[in-house]
Amino acid sequence: MEGMNSVKTRKSFGQIRMESFFKRSLITIALLMVVLVLAIMLTLLVHSMPTIKSLGFKFLWGKTWDPISDVYGGYPFLIGTLLTSFIALFISMPFAFAIAIFLGEYKPTGWLSNLLKNTVELIAAVPSVIYGFWGLIVLVPLVQELETKVGILPYGIGIFTASIVLAIMIIPYSASLGREMIRMVPAQLKEGAYSLGATRWEVIKTVVLPYTKSGLFAGTLLALGRALGETMAVTMVIGNSNMLPTSIFGPGNTMASVIANEFTEADHTLYLSALIELGLFLFLVTVIINVIGKRIIKKVTKE
Amino acid sequence: MQNIKIQYRVAKSRVVQGIIVLFAFVVTLPLLAIIFYIFKEGITKINWTFLTHIPKPVGETGGGIANAIWGSCIIVFVASLMAIPLGIFCGIYLSENKTSKLAYWSRLAVDILQGVPSIVIGIVVYFWLVKPLGTFSSFSGSVALAIMMLPILIRSTEETLKMIPFSLKEAGLALGLPYHKVVLRVIVPCGISGIVSGVMLSIARIAGETAPLLFTAFGNPYLNFNISKPMQSLPLLIFNYATSPYDDWHDLAWGAALILLATVLFLNIITKLTTKKWNVQL
Amino acid sequence: MFKKSIQKLAIAMLATVTMAAATANAQGDRTLLGAGSTFIYPLYSKQFSEYNKKTGLQVNYQSIGSGGGILQLTNKTVDFGASDGPLNEEQTKKMGAPVLHIPMASGAVVITYNLPGNNNLINLTPDIIADIFLGKITKWNDPRIISLNKGVSIPAFPILVAHRSDGSGTTAIFTNYLSKVSPEWAKRVGAGGAVNWPVGLGGKGNEGVSGIVKQTPGAIGYVELIYALQNKMDYAKVRNKKGSFIIPSLASVTAASNVALPADSKIFLTDTDAKDGYPISGFTWAIIYKEQDYNARSAARAKEVVDLLWWTIHEGQKFATPLNYAPLSKQALAVAEKILKSATYKGKPIIK
Repeated sequence: MEGMNSVKTRKSFGQIRMESFFKRSLITIALLMVVLVLAIMLTLLVHSMPTIKSLGFKFLWGKTWDPISDVYGGYPFLIGTLLTSFIALFISMPFAFAIAIFLGEYKPTGWLSNLLKNTVELIAAVPSVIYGFWGLIVLVPLVQELETKVGILPYGIGIFTASIVLAIMIIPYSASLGREMIRMVPAQLKEGAYSLGATRWEVIKTVVLPYTKSGLFAGTLLALGRALGETMAVTMVIGNSNMLPTSIFGPGNTMASVIANEFTEADHTLYLSALIELGLFLFLVTVIINVIGKRIIKKVTKE
Repeated sequence: MQNIKIQYRVAKSRVVQGIIVLFAFVVTLPLLAIIFYIFKEGITKINWTFLTHIPKPVGETGGGIANAIWGSCIIVFVASLMAIPLGIFCGIYLSENKTSKLAYWSRLAVDILQGVPSIVIGIVVYFWLVKPLGTFSSFSGSVALAIMMLPILIRSTEETLKMIPFSLKEAGLALGLPYHKVVLRVIVPCGISGIVSGVMLSIARIAGETAPLLFTAFGNPYLNFNISKPMQSLPLLIFNYATSPYDDWHDLAWGAALILLATVLFLNIITKLTTKKWNVQL
Repeated sequence: MFKKSIQKLAIAMLATVTMAAATANAQGDRTLLGAGSTFIYPLYSKQFSEYNKKTGLQVNYQSIGSGGGILQLTNKTVDFGASDGPLNEEQTKKMGAPVLHIPMASGAVVITYNLPGNNNLINLTPDIIADIFLGKITKWNDPRIISLNKGVSIPAFPILVAHRSDGSGTTAIFTNYLSKVSPEWAKRVGAGGAVNWPVGLGGKGNEGVSGIVKQTPGAIGYVELIYALQNKMDYAKVRNKKGSFIIPSLASVTAASNVALPADSKIFLTDTDAKDGYPISGFTWAIIYKEQDYNARSAARAKEVVDLLWWTIHEGQKFATPLNYAPLSKQALAVAEKILKSATYKGKPIIK
């Protein structure tokens, strides 16, 4: 009897120890995430120190990128990044909103909607290198033809092509979030509008869209964050020119693509750290955009 | 007069609806075009030699992509080995401690991690592992990919476990089960479908990642099973061969693109089907 | 149950990490890692594939560009680098220890272009090439080009310049040439592995530039001869110093590379004085540390590297001609042998 008891006690002691070990390891792992992000930031900061010290943040406004004479200005890539991302956003927005309205309002259920919903989600699943490959082989000749018709230099490769590829890639991000937001619009509001004699479009325009405006904005923001950081697909079709872009049909470079192109061969300190500073900047911008986007979503879904 | 105005409004509504439907479905075209094109170009290249041989030197026809297929499998497997336990446990912590200070910061960290451009992760891992160890290695590639897997894993685990009714947990604790047993034997099994789909989605997401591997796994024309050595992978091979001017290499790239695309889409579709099935059962 | 799974997990992770760490400097594994020049990549891929059949040694060569090869050797992440331009002062300083340049072969950088409907090789002079790459000539039917190519139909296409987006030895050779022949180029752009191009599209590697030129009507770019030949692309005859228009070929490169090599073999062959020499030729080098005992490398590994390079400058040379690289001349080979013999392990020569 005695022995049995002590075995039991020992067993429950073991359980308690196990329990606290379990809790502690959970905490450790949660902490690890924070440490990981800080470590990433710190690594970037430390390795971009040489340029930060010698050039400071005016680095971003320097218009020349010339590794031979050790002159580094990130402005062409800043412009390249902003141009590709915003053109992509501009192209993708009507489509993304159309999907969101269709799936959220017109036809939330049914096989056709399911098919559309799943197809759109699959767009996000296709690896970016495949988009790049396809863009290079299929899209570039099409753009060349278009450019020949319009009568400009038929590069084919360039900012415009990169923007189209990006636009396709980011549609699912704003579309799926938009759909969820639109579905959250209370039925009473819509019914009220219908009972006042509003048509379907008027309901969407005057009730649904204003109600979901911040949610749609957040979705667009997340799509933008995704576009800013996209590397491979852009690198393959943007033309990799380090000059300040002169037209949207001309070649350019984004911050991400210049890192992909030049990181393995940056052979002096300042060169390397200039590339890393671009990475640091990209990191900070995408962090801010993502955090704001997520905050808005959280706020909207709580309401 | 009144009637005409109403007719006009109704007509406008119909027209706009038509436009929206059109725009919504136009989006599926590029995806279909990509799938069709890759399939058309890729299917003729794939045969037994293609799957079991390594690439030939420049200028010789034939050869395959066995090195990249095996490399991708190994890199993704090692990455999963590291990321899955960490991700699931962090997800458990976040769902169990919704309001703690640590949860707040940890959640923020995960949000940040999700938005970090993949190329930046490649740079960071280069400085963490490649430079100190003095060699490019498939292991460093796995670490980079593992970091990319974490946010998806954590989020899907957290979201799934949050949905489990609190009464289940209470019942377990009331029966005198220790906390870790309640979590691991009651709550996690209940949410296993969501967790598994998170795992599959995260694998599908990283299987096609190229940018983090550029400066880590590096590539290798030979078959290699040693994770401390450079290793080829499908996305890297597609990038290198697609931008090359050799037709033989384009062929390899098309075949590789088909294999990669099929795998990724297959994983996604399976995930969708299983989650549906599980939801019905729950 | 849970404890066990945690243990298993911990063991698995630990095993993975230690495996990685332990094998990082594993002895006797039969692989070498090289990186750099895309110029010599076709030759290396053939040579190393043959060497693998012969000895079983796997040489993993990644053509990431000469600049990358130099940097990765500096970071000691590769066993050897490959570059088409000799190291400059800063690069040498950053290496931290003496390095050896071993000439491997010489080749030609050709001016390749895409002019549909034109089957003849066009003639170009140094100043026209410079002006095209400076962005001063923008149409193919520019009077200066037409007058050089009487009887050749040249379409009125706009000229699209394609250049390298990565640091490269091919660029080093080409810009070294342009700087010699065009004072304006020397002043405005300069010579180096990666320059600030006044115009054009960037492609990654010789592969990338050939890709752009092949895909774009009206494009002009510079690539290693083999890339143009294998892709059936057109390339220009270039006027050399002695005034004759030279087709880039094995013979004309050999003529240009027939010079007296300095003891360290670091020399540019551009704008040659040879009458039949193609003016945009250059050597390509393998680069290794002189003292092979670093990063806890084994003596066996050091010997593998030196043996491999020894083989490429002897038996391996027979693969150069079929791929349109000029093999080393007797005199160059003697210099290369001497340089390779000076490689040491713990201060002792590796081969005699």
